[in-house]
Amino acid sequence: MVYGAAWKAKKLMTDAPSICLEGSYSFDNVRLFDNIKLEIPAGQWTCLLGASGVGKSTILRLILGLETGGEFEGEITTSDGLGLNEWVSYMAQSDLLLPWLNVVDNVALGAQLRGEAVDYDRAEQLIERIGLSAHKAKYPNELSGGMRQRVALGRTLMEKRPIMLLDEPFSALDASTRADMQELTFEMLADKTVLLVTHDPAEAARLGHKIVVLSATEAQIWDAPKTPPIRDVNAADVVNCQAALLKHLRGEKNEKN
Amino acid sequence: MKKIDILAAALLAIGLWQFIVWVTDAPHYIIPSPLRVVETAFKSRALIAEHTWVTALEVVAGLLIGSALGIISALGLAASGLFRRLFLPILVFSQAVPVFALAPILTLWFGYGIASKIVMTVLIIYFPVTSAFHDGLNRTPRGMLDLAQVMGAKKWQIMWRMRIPAALPALGSGLKLAAVYAPIGAVIGEWVGASNGLGYLMLLANGRAKIDLMFASLIVLALFAVILHGLVGKFTNYLEAYSKGV
Repeated sequence: MVYGAAWKAKKLMTDAPSICLEGSYSFDNVRLFDNIKLEIPAGQWTCLLGASGVGKSTILRLILGLETGGEFEGEITTSDGLGLNEWVSYMAQSDLLLPWLNVVDNVALGAQLRGEAVDYDRAEQLIERIGLSAHKAKYPNELSGGMRQRVALGRTLMEKRPIMLLDEPFSALDASTRADMQELTFEMLADKTVLLVTHDPAEAARLGHKIVVLSATEAQIWDAPKTPPIRDVNAADVVNCQAALLKHLRGEKNEKN
Repeated sequence: MKKIDILAAALLAIGLWQFIVWVTDAPHYIIPSPLRVVETAFKSRALIAEHTWVTALEVVAGLLIGSALGIISALGLAASGLFRRLFLPILVFSQAVPVFALAPILTLWFGYGIASKIVMTVLIIYFPVTSAFHDGLNRTPRGMLDLAQVMGAKKWQIMWRMRIPAALPALGSGLKLAAVYAPIGAVIGEWVGASNGLGYLMLLANGRAKIDLMFASLIVLALFAVILHGLVGKFTNYLEAYSKGV
């Protein structure tokens, strides 16, 4: 089905959809996860935790429609019944900025890659919101790691898509930059459906409306703190949640060994 | 390399050369002294300049045409699976043919003028440029291509805005190799059959026992190759700086 531009614009004004992934995945005939069900509620942050190699990034790539090298049996559905391809945007651990483009052109990359006219006014507004107006003519190699990740956030927001898939986008940053980046991203992605893949229990406890721990056999729903995110890292329920998650993840790892 | 080091190395080489001439006491038609070569080069400057011009024309034309063909082929290989399947085996197999062995037939087909030398040069540099650039186009970071796919990018926009800029340093390596090979191609073409060019002048001087003229031509050819390599190096540095955003 082909959608017109006017229809698309209207669609973007409406609420972000929820997503449901159900199924099994194997790589080289080895089952990575079996018959799991992961529900990602609309307009909220879902944090996906789990041991390395359990398939967190694979789930994200499946939703993005990217090549995973393995075989997925099952289905991925959205609450509005539409395909995902045109509604998702993505941020990775690496900022993936193009070194030969300045900040403005990196933020505006999507339109350029689609061969569309670039809305430079909007790009400049976004750059102002992410606090990089003074650096907009600079190239990525002139920016710090935190600034580069902010440009990546700007590029993601420029896409006007209701679903955001984040693959450990803060893990390469130092602690204080990471906390700043978490706050900025949370603020900027309000009302969008967000799936954050992370290996950091503290990050999940701070940001998740919903926390899911992935293992080979299930996508276990974990009790998130009762207060709405973004939460104070020092709040008792956040600290408790983080400690319990860490204990659980370590327990799983020891069982494996 | 520092300029002072290059100068010192040149003086050392000339000193060694003069020393060998003294020690062996070889006649000037076997090994001419540096001074004699300089004298000959100065006396025959019009002759050498005329032939240098011809060789330079062949080398530069060959370099431009060969690089352009290499770039187009690499783009075709990177963009089209069908083209890659049909053309890549031919390209690889053609490298088993020693290009120098083709020189006589090129002279037969393209004549004694500069055309056959340009073709020779093109054939020699075509493969290094194609292969280096094609490798570069295939090494675009996976994450960048994933991002482009998620953004709904068009194939040729990905090529133009991602794969080509990311491959410019690799193209630069190919062009630097080409700058080294190009003068060899032209001179070999001239050796096989020509009435002009430094390669022709060297053969002619050698045949008439004018070894000092042969040496003078050889040194001019070497200087030309060094200058060409330097200029191409400047260009490839620019490509690399662009690609890295510095």
